[in-house]
Amino acid sequence: MTEPVLAVEDLHVWFDLEQGGELHAVQGVSLALQTGERFGFVGESGCGKTTTILALMGLLPSSASVAGRVLLEGEDILADGEESVSPHRWTDIAMVFQGAMNAFNPVKRVGEQIAEPMKLHEIAEGRTARRQVGELLERVGIPAARASSYPHEFSGGMRQRAAIAMALACKPKVLLADEPTTALDVMVQAQILQLLIGLADDFGLTLVLVTHDLPIVAQVCSRAAVMYAGEIVEIGATDTLYHDPRHPYTRLLFAATPDLYDEEPVLSIPGTPPRLDRELVGCPFAPRCDRAFAPCDRVKPRLVATDTGHSAACHLNDPALKAAS
Amino acid sequence: MSEEGRPRSDDGRPPLLEVENLVARFAVPRGVVGAFRGRPKLAVRAVDGVSFIVREGELLALVGESGSGKTTTAQSILRLVKPEAGTIRFRGDDITGISGRELRALRRHVQLIFQDPYESLDPRFRVRATIEEPLLVHGEGGGKADRDRLVREALERAGLTPPELFLERYPHELSGGQRQRVAIAASLALSPELLVADEPVSMLDVSVRAGILSLLDELRRSGLGILMITHDLSTAAHFADRIAVMYLGRIVEEGPAREVVHNPRHPYTKALLSVVPQRDPRRQTQPEILRGETPNPVNIPPGCRFNPRCPIAIPECRTTDPDLRVPAGAKRGHQAACIRA
Repeated sequence: MTEPVLAVEDLHVWFDLEQGGELHAVQGVSLALQTGERFGFVGESGCGKTTTILALMGLLPSSASVAGRVLLEGEDILADGEESVSPHRWTDIAMVFQGAMNAFNPVKRVGEQIAEPMKLHEIAEGRTARRQVGELLERVGIPAARASSYPHEFSGGMRQRAAIAMALACKPKVLLADEPTTALDVMVQAQILQLLIGLADDFGLTLVLVTHDLPIVAQVCSRAAVMYAGEIVEIGATDTLYHDPRHPYTRLLFAATPDLYDEEPVLSIPGTPPRLDRELVGCPFAPRCDRAFAPCDRVKPRLVATDTGHSAACHLNDPALKAAS
Repeated sequence: MSEEGRPRSDDGRPPLLEVENLVARFAVPRGVVGAFRGRPKLAVRAVDGVSFIVREGELLALVGESGSGKTTTAQSILRLVKPEAGTIRFRGDDITGISGRELRALRRHVQLIFQDPYESLDPRFRVRATIEEPLLVHGEGGGKADRDRLVREALERAGLTPPELFLERYPHELSGGQRQRVAIAASLALSPELLVADEPVSMLDVSVRAGILSLLDELRRSGLGILMITHDLSTAAHFADRIAVMYLGRIVEEGPAREVVHNPRHPYTKALLSVVPQRDPRRQTQPEILRGETPNPVNIPPGCRFNPRCPIAIPECRTTDPDLRVPAGAKRGHQAACIRA
């Protein structure tokens, strides 16, 4: 395997809480992404998926402390805080924020707004910038002439395409997309997902898709990480995650998701995720798990490779522990 | 429709809810400039001739994209929107024009469940007070002891057991799923016969959605009629008895859930089903992506309103506005509004 375009090593994020104490939002996330890969982060709200990708961009608020390494083509971009990450933000790693389609300045033409990051990073200006904006718009499926339109003249789907064009303005290698289709109708969602797949496949862009919607990850991403209580509990090929999950949470999450043609009853997962403002003992999923056994309440399972070629953090995968119980 | 021609349930009684040719319009703001120039107010037909029936013990899912008119349809039934034309009957009684005391009485029997349990509950009210409120408003439940019993029963029916654990809590002490259950308990306190649920799970986490939907399913089994508004075809496929697909203010296809999902007849339904992402990565969807987006209901295309985006439209589709009818070979009760179906 070649050197990953982006590698994350033991990433932790803590937030200072107003009432005192800390919230350990991301608890030791590690992963490596190859160029052109389509990777998904899935999990319920509060599991740390958005915090993780904001950390990769160095965009967390000042109440956050970060530990761990984020290697962009081998260079640790978090080593010196803002100083080391800012040269790479937008130029190497870019992001489509949740609700980005509604974040355009209403009184500025869309084209000008897409050209702003180009000027800021001294990539292009004037006529060159205008030409590049036109190319970007065409690439996301909007006629170049629409650069002179105002945001309100675009439909929701077009504004989301424009938001993607803006993220691509400085030709990044990695595109992080946080719930890029959540507010969109299903037909427009399909158009946006096809666009993102095309960008990865045709231009070698590495796509990181963050969503609570498992079927979207199943259709778009070749690999995915399932997050729970701030950590990755299972990571591997989406095909294996669905057909041979090695963490009960992964299995239950799929079972809780209705499928159009599969008539098996959908099941809710009892309980709620643990609070992250206190130290967790044992497996964080144990209180909700249908297969918890003796060691789960006491011993925290580590993320280890399974025989299916991916990794899961579950004691069920440890034959010795299982035999002993 | 004549008195004799009206649908009846198997026991000869009129159906729980019967909506016939419902039309609801909105005035579109014309803006300061428009008003100054004397531009006429535009009327948007959000719902333009919609008919359907909800029977006891039946869940009908009204499915569509934003702007299809599904929420306006639901709001018209509860009279949160005033229908412009058409008839709404509840247990055979025409409720289209009622007001005042009659309308209050109706709201005992027909309850609405909102999308957002974070907004629909008053943060200052404990769970007990939230569920007691409708009883007090409608002067129901007799004395304090009776009300306490009804509140506990409602909590139990909504799956919040034991009730003691929840009675004295505030909304902020509850999870999203628990809040939606409290909202459902509050709507059950008056023993309604029909629930109108507008996207009841779209704000909730995946792990709790199934629980809320199963709760609605249990209520349906106990005899309630449920009209569920949803944009999610997978949810409708799992939990609805019947599905009605809306496009630009009309129902374009309606039938048994299984038939609509497995044998769709309208090209819009087919396209909509084709873009639903599936759970299994091996079953890659073959999305049949329609051109453009749903047109603005200010400018409804002549003929079939779907014709400009339709992959199988013929010239006749530009002039003929098709009614719902049973296509050749379709199962009983399955209708589509397409001359080519």
